[in-house]
Amino acid sequence: MVMPIELFFLLGLLVLGYVAGRFNEKRHYRSIREGESRFRDLLVMNGRRLPPHLLKHQARMVSGNVVISVDYFKVILAALRNLVGGRVTSYESLIDRARREAVLRMQAEARELGAEAVFNLRYETSRISGDATRGVGSMEVLAYGTALIPPQ
Amino acid sequence: MLLINMEFAPDKKITSNLGMVQGSIVKAKHVGRDIMASFKNIIGGELKGYTELMNEARDEAIARMVEQAESLGANAILNVRFATSTVTANASEILVYGSAVVLEDR
Repeated sequence: MVMPIELFFLLGLLVLGYVAGRFNEKRHYRSIREGESRFRDLLVMNGRRLPPHLLKHQARMVSGNVVISVDYFKVILAALRNLVGGRVTSYESLIDRARREAVLRMQAEARELGAEAVFNLRYETSRISGDATRGVGSMEVLAYGTALIPPQ
Repeated sequence: MLLINMEFAPDKKITSNLGMVQGSIVKAKHVGRDIMASFKNIIGGELKGYTELMNEARDEAIARMVEQAESLGANAILNVRFATSTVTANASEILVYGSAVVLEDR
């Protein structure tokens, strides 16, 4: 029996996507957890009511962004999920990673300025490439907020 | 120019409000970066080229907004917000806007 070459190609992409995507995601989550424990003492709030001890601080805007791509396996998984509906867990982890990474980069910028806290955090999410027929492609997440720097 | 995304600066007071200012930019993707990106679409992971591209675009939009604020005589922009939209499959628009004000030390 002769298998069509396209099928082999597709299977190859699927396997490559699964293996490399898995590896990338695990490695990324490990670095996110490390970063989050490093910045645990840098308070991030999405409100803007300042506690009394921060009222004399200098304010400066900080931001962090990341563009993250899906892997081929996830695209196929999501396409299959579209047939029956329900939670698309393969994209959930993608966007979760991007959001947490963006916040970490914002915190790194705030830490460099010597900030004590970041208030009024806002997220901005957008799709960079890909269209309706090709699935998500890649997502950009921007996190920004106001860093509060102790007065000299 | 001081940028803050809250409507006040804790250590300063607002002496005059000069109205809203904004800057926007439409940026297309780079072909070379796009080839790399389509490869990354198979294995997943961060697209560093695009992260940089968006960063640069955002800086440019901010520069345009700051220019506008400077011409009004402002020294700070409060309540800064970003908005991103996809114009076509290959280009995205970045908008940044805020309120130009004059701040003074308390």
